Amino acid sequence: MGLDLRICHLYPDLLNLYGDRGNIAVLVRRAQWRGIAVEVAEVPVGAPLRAGVHDLFFIGGGEDRQQALAARDLQSGKGDVLREAVEAGAVLLAVCGGYQLMGHVYRPAEGEDLPGVGLLDLTTSHPGKRHPRLIGNIVVRWEPPAPGAPSTLVGFENHGGRTRLGPGARPLGRVVAGGGNNGEDGTEGAVYRHAFGTYLHGPLLPKNPWFADHLIALALRRRHGEVPLAPLDDDLEAAAHQAALRRAR
Amino acid sequence: MVDLRLGASIAAGRLSGALIRTLGLGGATTVPGRVAGALVSDLLPRLGRGLARGSVLVSGTNGKTTTARLLAWICRQAGWACIHNRAGANLPAGITAALLGHSALDGRVRGDLGVFEVDEAALPLVSGALRPRIVVLGNLFRDQLDRYGEIDLVADRWRAALRHLPADGAVIYNADDPLVADVVRPHRCARTFGIADPSLRRGERPEHAADGRYCYRCGVPYAYGAAYLGHLGEYHCPRCGTARPPLDVGAAEVRLGGMAGSTFVLAAGGERAAVTTVLPGLYNVYNVLAAAATALALGIPLATVAAAVREFVPAFGRGERMTIAGRPAYMLLAKNPAGFNEVLRSALAGGRPIVAVIAINDLTADGRDVSWLWDVDFEMLRDRCRLAVVTGVRAHDMAVRLKYAGLPRAAITVEPDEARALRRGVQGLEAGEPLYVLPTYTAMLRLRHILARRGVVRASWED
Repeated sequence: MGLDLRICHLYPDLLNLYGDRGNIAVLVRRAQWRGIAVEVAEVPVGAPLRAGVHDLFFIGGGEDRQQALAARDLQSGKGDVLREAVEAGAVLLAVCGGYQLMGHVYRPAEGEDLPGVGLLDLTTSHPGKRHPRLIGNIVVRWEPPAPGAPSTLVGFENHGGRTRLGPGARPLGRVVAGGGNNGEDGTEGAVYRHAFGTYLHGPLLPKNPWFADHLIALALRRRHGEVPLAPLDDDLEAAAHQAALRRAR
Repeated sequence: MVDLRLGASIAAGRLSGALIRTLGLGGATTVPGRVAGALVSDLLPRLGRGLARGSVLVSGTNGKTTTARLLAWICRQAGWACIHNRAGANLPAGITAALLGHSALDGRVRGDLGVFEVDEAALPLVSGALRPRIVVLGNLFRDQLDRYGEIDLVADRWRAALRHLPADGAVIYNADDPLVADVVRPHRCARTFGIADPSLRRGERPEHAADGRYCYRCGVPYAYGAAYLGHLGEYHCPRCGTARPPLDVGAAEVRLGGMAGSTFVLAAGGERAAVTTVLPGLYNVYNVLAAAATALALGIPLATVAAAVREFVPAFGRGERMTIAGRPAYMLLAKNPAGFNEVLRSALAGGRPIVAVIAINDLTADGRDVSWLWDVDFEMLRDRCRLAVVTGVRAHDMAVRLKYAGLPRAAITVEPDEARALRRGVQGLEAGEPLYVLPTYTAMLRLRHILARRGVVRASWED
């Protein structure tokens, strides 16, 4: 039997603010180029999320109004499914607004708290309009999952909320240029088991294809065990990564 | 009494403009406004009050330059003296500069109607200063999120702008856009335009580059009888019944002819007229509707409007036709997902695989965040683009986007230098084929600068 990958795209029509579907496109094509069959299930607000099915979950970012709709929907069962899936080894990538929702709570400058899924040990609060949003090109230093991959992640960030990690999550990387989680402690993103949260869009995976391959390898492990991924020709992606590095400095 | 300070500020503004043009530094489309405005803080309202027929402000994410230019053209054909910020200088200084160019030193304005395109975010400020008789709202799409912020914030600014309208001030708006309709809803004196041809529907769900999918009152997705372009279409909320408002001015029997332009029947009240335009694509049908609905509201006869539309030539870079190295070329500004999709559809309408130069910059005026490239449906170029030469500051991002859209690697050429990219594009053409040049805003200015030096086009500010 051939290899297959089951991806779940949460709220594709709601949390899709910053080219987020590019992350899905990159995961799908990089798997397909290696002969791996891919299925993408799009799960909107109100639709059920079945437990135990998916190898990889993706959730993107949205505007305040959309994020509140998604937060409410996550509380009605989907959050539990996500938490159990991650405990069982599934992969999760959460970007920007989706990242905030994976924490314990999002505290806006005004109005009521948005409860999070509590899958990542972090909280986010918005310090109010007098504090500038963190907007711009961002470079993060991380430990590359494979030898030969660059030790940088590049992207663009645009968020008002400041995220602080608890002891149960470790940062994805350290900020080289840009704001990161909160603009103060030098951390960016969060990792717990195979769950990754980050403020990097741009989108994230097209210019960091090594990260995409890492996610694919982890996701395959759930049902297929350790599978070596054949190398691909990444000349365009590598050049775009370099161009983004230059742009951020 | 002569106001010396006013006279001095007008003189200073105009002198700065003359200097800039004499020194060959550019078109002086905003500096005179800044110079003069620094001397007299309420210069814009004072100059604006001199317009006997008042002002019309045109705003919207896409199409405001073309719409304002077309409206000014129609008004001139009707015999009015129009003052218009032609070069797309759409912030308060640019509008002040346009008025200064037609002012005597005593502050008297030589013109009877102002037609100004206004940046979405600047609309409250300009509306407060000019107290316009008409505000035209075209559409609201996500654009430059790093600069404007979320689309709801722009909508709120527009709500504030409409509060500045005088009692008899009117709003003319695109009824097919649920976001715009929601902004205008409380306003008493409003007229609508939109598409009245369900055969143009592209499905019952809006395409990916859509923003207003969820009802503002209920939070449930709109149901579409016909989705035309992004989230524009004939929609209603299945829960509260909020629906596309009835059309005062509509386009029926629309025939899209790709780069050759379009024809449609313009229906306004009981009147109908056949309209022909060289402007390509459905998005330009909306622009023509916006300009026509406004001209009609100003009292210009339908026959005059239709005749003027037929003679209209597009603004620089917006479907502009040119000849590069002996080859026909089209330059189509593309600066956000919804606009880019429309430009691609127009370029592909001929049915043959195309050769394109795609120029992507990430300067402030383009938006520094290029993630929007992934919200454009470049997948439609798969098997229909023989060669894509990507250029500009973010050429590499564009190349990666095309690769994942499914273009073969051999069809993608990366050439960050714009002049060389144009050459590579021309070299890739077969006999009789046109070159499609698809730039973001600052890339468009840069390409036109290169082409103006070669005498291919006129400078933007002379256009």
